[in-house]
Amino acid sequence: MFREAMLVMRKDLLIERRSLASTAHVIPFALVMLVLFAFALDPDRATLDKAAPGLFWIAVLLSALMAIQRSFAIESGGSAFEFLKMSGLGPTAVFLGKAAALGVQLLVLECILLAGVVVLYNVDVSAAVDMIPVCLLTTAGIAAVGTIYGSFSGAISAREALLPLMFLPVIAPVLLAATRASEAAIGIGLDYGVWVQVLAVFAVVYLAAGSVAFGPLMEDA
Amino acid sequence: MKLLVRILGAATIVSLTVLVGFALFVVPPDVIQGEYARLIYVHPATAWVTYTAFGICAAASALNLIPRTRSMFWDTLAGAAAEVGVVFCGLALITGAIWGRPVWGVWWTWDARLTSTALLFTLFVGYLALRRSSGPDEKRARRSAIAALIAIIDVPIVHFSVEWWRTLHQGRTLLRPDPTIEGVQLFTMLWSFLALSLLFAWILVHRFRVERLQRQMETAELDRAIILRRKEIKRAGVMQ
Repeated sequence: MFREAMLVMRKDLLIERRSLASTAHVIPFALVMLVLFAFALDPDRATLDKAAPGLFWIAVLLSALMAIQRSFAIESGGSAFEFLKMSGLGPTAVFLGKAAALGVQLLVLECILLAGVVVLYNVDVSAAVDMIPVCLLTTAGIAAVGTIYGSFSGAISAREALLPLMFLPVIAPVLLAATRASEAAIGIGLDYGVWVQVLAVFAVVYLAAGSVAFGPLMEDA
Repeated sequence: MKLLVRILGAATIVSLTVLVGFALFVVPPDVIQGEYARLIYVHPATAWVTYTAFGICAAASALNLIPRTRSMFWDTLAGAAAEVGVVFCGLALITGAIWGRPVWGVWWTWDARLTSTALLFTLFVGYLALRRSSGPDEKRARRSAIAALIAIIDVPIVHFSVEWWRTLHQGRTLLRPDPTIEGVQLFTMLWSFLALSLLFAWILVHRFRVERLQRQMETAELDRAIILRRKEIKRAGVMQ
């Protein structure tokens, strides 16, 4: 199963590398958001320092929406998803592969955004090691939920409006936990361990739920 | 069945009338909160109905996913329960805000229970939007059932994460060893649970019936259109 998942992940990442859609759209969009947040919150005051973790994760979440739509848009052209169904790959492998590909793209985006936050918001990230588990677990949660809802919206009209409406409320606890854990990691918050646990539980629950639910979802897509 | 629904309707109207009488005229104002305390005879019961409705939606969705019990009956019930649940959830949020303004001094505060109820509201608004999406009935039903269960498993995670984040909400009034309410206030509060549960059941039955009739009408219209088209083709054949 994991070999099959790796195949799907490689396929998605190869398409991304060749089309460069993420580089051309998602990353610039995320960076523009960082600049706009600074306009809205007045960079001369201490507000940005305090709000930086929240703004960082909001930028990641909104950019993730674009990446999710992209992840399923590549399957809709030329009946690609039909071929994927007929390829004999298990639905769990397809789910894990697509989630992993989305996760890799999000991790790259997070690295770039993190650099942006350090430069633009003047945030001290000397304790950046603590950010690694936060980023990995948050990315796993976002990728799992994003892949489930991406497959929903792939099969229906008005997907641009429906995806954020369904995805953002479900992912709200991740935004809360990731922001609190990031605050603790850079020394302006508490309870790092508790929030990392919330992120871990969320990621495990939704990776398991997606693995079970993706079979019927693939049939309907 | 029709008679049962009418009895349910009559019981709902009577129980709501009794509730209004007790809550507005019989129960004296609270010593500390004054007249605002009367909202306790509406607000907790609407929250209770909300959780019941979403619970029914989740159970019906699960039954619709099990091959042995799969039926459009469960899909219709899940949709009807979610719609009524969203209305009651909205009412719980509005009555909470009306009470919060004089007591806490703000319409809205990021208290744990308020925040998780608001998130629950948005979760099921998303679910209802998905239900309205186009596509064959059976596929849409299965997709909706999965979405309902995905939303439901988020509820405990939302609850605990928001609970750890902050808590300001008034503590439990009823479900504790020494309830802080007694006498006629306790009776009226318990009665509000009964009255609003009956109201919920009555609306649910009607919403379910309307949804079913709508589906039947759509099928009948399609059948009628097919018959008309066949007649047209036949007439065209005769003329040639």
